[in-house]
Amino acid sequence: MTVKFFKLASGFVAFTAGLGMLSSVVMAAGDGGGQHFAKQSWSFGGVFGRYDQKQLRRGFEVYKGVCTGCHSMNLLSYRNLTQPGGPEYGEDYIKAMLKSDEVEVNLPHNDEGEIVNEDGDLFTRPAALSDRIKKPYANDKAAMAANGGALPPDFSVIGKARAMHANHEGIPGLFTWVFALVKDVVTQYQEGGPDYIYTLMTNYHETVPENAPKDFSLPEGKHYNAAFPGHAISMAPPLSDGIVDYTDGTKATLDQHAKDISAFLMWAAEPHLNARKRRGFMVLIYLAILSLLLYGVKRKIWEDVKH
Amino acid sequence: MAHESVYTPNSGIEKWLDERLPIIRLGVDFMAMPTPRNLNYWWTFGGILFFFLMVQIITGIILAMHYIPHESMAFDSVEHIVRDVNWGDMLQNMHSNGASFFFIAVYIHILRGMYYGSYKAPREMLWILGVIIYVLMMASGFLGYVLPWGQMSLWGATVITNLFSAIPFVGGAITELLWGGYAVGQPTLNRFFSLHYLMPLILFAFVGLHIWALHVVGSNNPDGIEIKLKEDSLPFHSYFSMKDAFAMVLFAMIYVYFVFFMPDYMGHPDNYVRANPMVTPPHIVPEWYFLPFYAILRAIPDKLFGVIFMFAAIAIVAFLPWLDTSRVRSMRYRPTAKLFFWGFVATGLLLGYLGAKPAEGGYVIASRILTAYWFLYFIVALPLLGWTQKTKTLPGSITEAVLGKDAMKNNK
Amino acid sequence: MSAKHEEDVVSRRDFLFLGAGAWAAVGGAAAIWPFVDQMNPDASTKALASIEVDITPVQVGQAITVLWRGKPVFIRHRTAEEIAAAEKDDETAMPDPQKDGDRVQKKEWLILVGVCTHLGCVPGGQKASDIRGDFGGWFCPCHGSHYDNSGRIRKGPAPLNLAVPSYKFLTDTVVQIG
Repeated sequence: MTVKFFKLASGFVAFTAGLGMLSSVVMAAGDGGGQHFAKQSWSFGGVFGRYDQKQLRRGFEVYKGVCTGCHSMNLLSYRNLTQPGGPEYGEDYIKAMLKSDEVEVNLPHNDEGEIVNEDGDLFTRPAALSDRIKKPYANDKAAMAANGGALPPDFSVIGKARAMHANHEGIPGLFTWVFALVKDVVTQYQEGGPDYIYTLMTNYHETVPENAPKDFSLPEGKHYNAAFPGHAISMAPPLSDGIVDYTDGTKATLDQHAKDISAFLMWAAEPHLNARKRRGFMVLIYLAILSLLLYGVKRKIWEDVKH
Repeated sequence: MAHESVYTPNSGIEKWLDERLPIIRLGVDFMAMPTPRNLNYWWTFGGILFFFLMVQIITGIILAMHYIPHESMAFDSVEHIVRDVNWGDMLQNMHSNGASFFFIAVYIHILRGMYYGSYKAPREMLWILGVIIYVLMMASGFLGYVLPWGQMSLWGATVITNLFSAIPFVGGAITELLWGGYAVGQPTLNRFFSLHYLMPLILFAFVGLHIWALHVVGSNNPDGIEIKLKEDSLPFHSYFSMKDAFAMVLFAMIYVYFVFFMPDYMGHPDNYVRANPMVTPPHIVPEWYFLPFYAILRAIPDKLFGVIFMFAAIAIVAFLPWLDTSRVRSMRYRPTAKLFFWGFVATGLLLGYLGAKPAEGGYVIASRILTAYWFLYFIVALPLLGWTQKTKTLPGSITEAVLGKDAMKNNK
Repeated sequence: MSAKHEEDVVSRRDFLFLGAGAWAAVGGAAAIWPFVDQMNPDASTKALASIEVDITPVQVGQAITVLWRGKPVFIRHRTAEEIAAAEKDDETAMPDPQKDGDRVQKKEWLILVGVCTHLGCVPGGQKASDIRGDFGGWFCPCHGSHYDNSGRIRKGPAPLNLAVPSYKFLTDTVVQIG
């Protein structure tokens, strides 16, 4: 049994190592074509990764100061900003913010549809914690009309709806692919969304650069972004040094803004990440102990039987 | 049960019940099934599959309590589960990753059967029931993937249902029937939800038949020889039940790793984009477990024949008991066939890779060669190998295979 | 093998089996909870468990109905006569005796869960055109329960007074229910 096990294990290790070596050779050979973007390091990556609450607050400040004019966040409510594992603002802070910003919402619709007043008109009231984050436009058509025909995407799950690989490299060669698949599992890479958003925010060019694809011409009203699929993006560069002043005194650079908004959008898409990873670790520990106990039981039962 | 009953009712109540409804006898005999002592860990995947069936059914019933099958609410209701329902994110991740692990386990289970010749007489029915279960699983997985109503849901459903439009004369009528309209839309989503809930019930019934058939013919084993001596077998419980439990926990640890640490790894980012019938994503790929068959579909330049080949690639597996003419079951004793088997495994994996690649240039040619291998393995290699191969000498019994010839003599 | 040694082996074995069984049972029991707890009110429902109502537009003699936790809540701005009538009846015999003063925080504002304590219908009496029953409060059309100006049951099959929800006045014009 033990001999068999070692044979199997060593075979597996040899196979993986061989594959890894081969794919690194293939990867090195294939390097050069296409744009390459570095993965960023995030506080929420890995088994023990957690959101950085201060960063989420800075990200919210960027969202509120810059993005909120065009991008909705339909699936989030104001109360989400107060829940554990997020920016964790106090309820009073958010209430005061809603009051000072004079946020008014249509009454949330109930089972009968939208609530109307006695005259049958829709009416608004000051927003409460339980309300969804107010949309910048009444509907998609209005949003498109205000943005030259392009729809600013909703931000609720965009942290998971974008990825580096899917957008840039397509699916690479066989060995690179297998290597990347295995490497992503081992390193637990799940941050393709924020990596993409960060890259997008930091790869605007004022003029079409020399390394742009051949025959590329920038349509009227579009902007060149090296990270955007097709490179012609409707959104003007949203972030720049000092566009938002952080209340925590962090230096307001473009890079900092890009990082913070990416982290914030990841949280918006995956608000329970902290709890999920904490639970997962406990479940794994439990199962590891159970597996040891069951292995002991199994060995005891099979003690006198050769097999 | 084919094996002799080992149950003797002890108390009066047990006797009374046993004469009217021998349910305890059924359970006891079920657990006492004589099982070959030489089973290796590849045999634990049957139990693992049952575990995942239960995980999917339980989490599925729960998700259905919160899910809304409506084209304007489905996406939001899934997000509502993830964001607001107590433990909702965990339950949803368990279900979506559970499907993937169900398929990982079933592929190992199927390949184990192919390697050790578990489909050979008298286990043909057991094998065919297994193939039916696999097809039902694919239907279930496909229907379920549509429900979150993201871009991949909508366009996956569109592409797969359009396969039926390849059928001459009635194809158009069939697709309209499936859709309940002129494209995938609200009626489609609603019925897919209903059918996705129905599927596991059918699946469960077939699993029952599969296990029944197993208990009639008994387990195959790595040496592929039937139980002959008393010491060839051991009761299923507690020898194999505990071995299965141990393997199950190990496999569950990998599953848990995905559920809690990389729940979206096997999904596609585009499915977090709300379904939009006006825009097709640039790269449509089915879930990973369909990729080999998707590659076969695209390898054939003709629409109708592509569909026929794709379905044939699955259906042909059911005929394995008659295509393989060898009288020796286990590849352990069939060195040449073993090479072809590993070639088949490599073919499946490579087709999976090609299924994810764009259908152009060298990829199409590679897909065609591998598709040819897939079919030739079944209709040429296995029949011919059975007639021509040189097999190694089979041991006289399972016990002899385990202990060796000399030890057998010394024992006696 | 000595008998003593055998005993040791057996007890070690039992201990291992018991330990594994207990550990598995603990995990199994803990695993059940999420599957049950998911049926409890979710975060979005809980967020609406308390609502704030602006009562500025409700004139004396008027009443409004708001939806709270899926049930109608009656908010009535009582007139001086209504208050006097309710207080006058404090000592009268009734099925569920209660003083009017115990049912309100501010005399002019009566806040009640608008669900009849008999079998859960919604009594009439909020609109001017509604029948308000023999005691000028609310009347349940299902089985004929009469409630007075304090929401107390006075006649009919209902056993209890209309329930008073937990509420507090955040300001003079905003009341938080729940």
